[in-house]
Amino acid sequence: MKRGRIAYNGAVHQVTEADGKVRLADGRLLNEGDFQWLPPVEVGTVFALGLNYADHARELAFKAPEVPLVFLKGPNTITGHKAQTRRPADATYMHYECELAVVIGKTGKNVSKAEAMDMVAGYTVANDYAIRDYLENYYRPNLRVKNRDACTPLGPWLVDAADVPNPMALKLTTRINGKTTQEGTTADMIFDIPTLIEYLSSFMTLNPGDVILTGTPEGLADVKPGDTIETEVEKVCCLVNTIVDDATYFANA
Amino acid sequence: MIKQQVAGTVYGVILNDRVSVQKIGSLDEAPYKGAPKAPVLYLKPVNTRVGCGSVVSLPAGADRVEVAATVGLVMGRAAARLAPEMALDCVAGIVLAADLSLPHASYYRPAIREKCFDGALPLSSVKPLTDIAGLSLVTEIDGEVVDRRPLDELIRQPAQLLAEVSEWMTLNEGDVLLVGVRYQAPQARVGSSVRVSAESLGSLNFSIAGAEQ
Repeated sequence: MKRGRIAYNGAVHQVTEADGKVRLADGRLLNEGDFQWLPPVEVGTVFALGLNYADHARELAFKAPEVPLVFLKGPNTITGHKAQTRRPADATYMHYECELAVVIGKTGKNVSKAEAMDMVAGYTVANDYAIRDYLENYYRPNLRVKNRDACTPLGPWLVDAADVPNPMALKLTTRINGKTTQEGTTADMIFDIPTLIEYLSSFMTLNPGDVILTGTPEGLADVKPGDTIETEVEKVCCLVNTIVDDATYFANA
Repeated sequence: MIKQQVAGTVYGVILNDRVSVQKIGSLDEAPYKGAPKAPVLYLKPVNTRVGCGSVVSLPAGADRVEVAATVGLVMGRAAARLAPEMALDCVAGIVLAADLSLPHASYYRPAIREKCFDGALPLSSVKPLTDIAGLSLVTEIDGEVVDRRPLDELIRQPAQLLAEVSEWMTLNEGDVLLVGVRYQAPQARVGSSVRVSAESLGSLNFSIAGAEQ
């Protein structure tokens, strides 16, 4: 099943997919455009992986890491499907990162690889934007690059784990204004999902609602105001986001 | 009305005091290739938060932990793009904190295992806001004072820090911004009792244990 969250008629609703429409719990069907998408889960701790695809690590001229390169994100940076993300006026290189997002469904500590997949509630898609102009070599990638408001779209659907039997063999695709710019497969992850869950839970308790953004393959490209970015993971969903400039984003400020 | 216990997202900042900047030495060479321009933040997730009186178990294989005494600014309302002169109006209170880290000399990569293990952030209850520049934090390990830290040594004082951080991220009501930690803070060992205190803020006590079996 595909589940989402929307804002509609003054309230937050959990919805399911129904032939291109969304269905509220009481049966009402809504058309796209009549509501606002929210991230499909109220996120707890959000983990993100750097350099978790060998080709991407090469692209950035880094050796693949020996332990997972993990950084954290706050709730301020998460936004929903069809949202706007700001490219600051002084940015010269802002790129998307199409990622499979793993949503944790149970509490667990010291979870073995063998048991790790039982922790997964489902999957969604993240676009982990980065503005490389702000990169500094301290706790890199630093929060000014990766924890900006509304710079991590998530959604639109949370797809039940049972409906994605092989999450380690899914095609990832990014399109800018309809033109494909990034293609990869989750099969190329350096640290796969069970390994990441085992690693993280070896020192931290994972909780329902925690999300692991599993990294991105090669194929980065600059995005400009006005661009529509589609990040899609096969069998999960396609997440759409639009880049806007400062004047548009802060038009009413 | 501010909550008694921290419930929001907790961020911290490194290299925000003169002693630490001096101690880390030259930042010109690799991997840093220059001093940081913007505040360098980290995040302490919800699993790290524990209260006074806790026993903190270190991750498997660790027997020492750095204890960085600091205070956190607790946001009273959502705040973004703050001007320094208005920034403190958004702060509802402060907490005394012991930011625990497994020793790591390099600030190059995010230190998630080192800083985010369960229990790595003992926190006091939320106290009324005071002028932190007048505070001095005392760290005691097994009854011995190992560090005294006057907060007038901060490079970015709270208002300036809030202004710079909120330029790129919204701090929401209940979120906490720790104002800075010592580079290579004093270390406690498995079995140590730790007390962090400041006049007017009271004290925060906890002990360190080995890995849970």
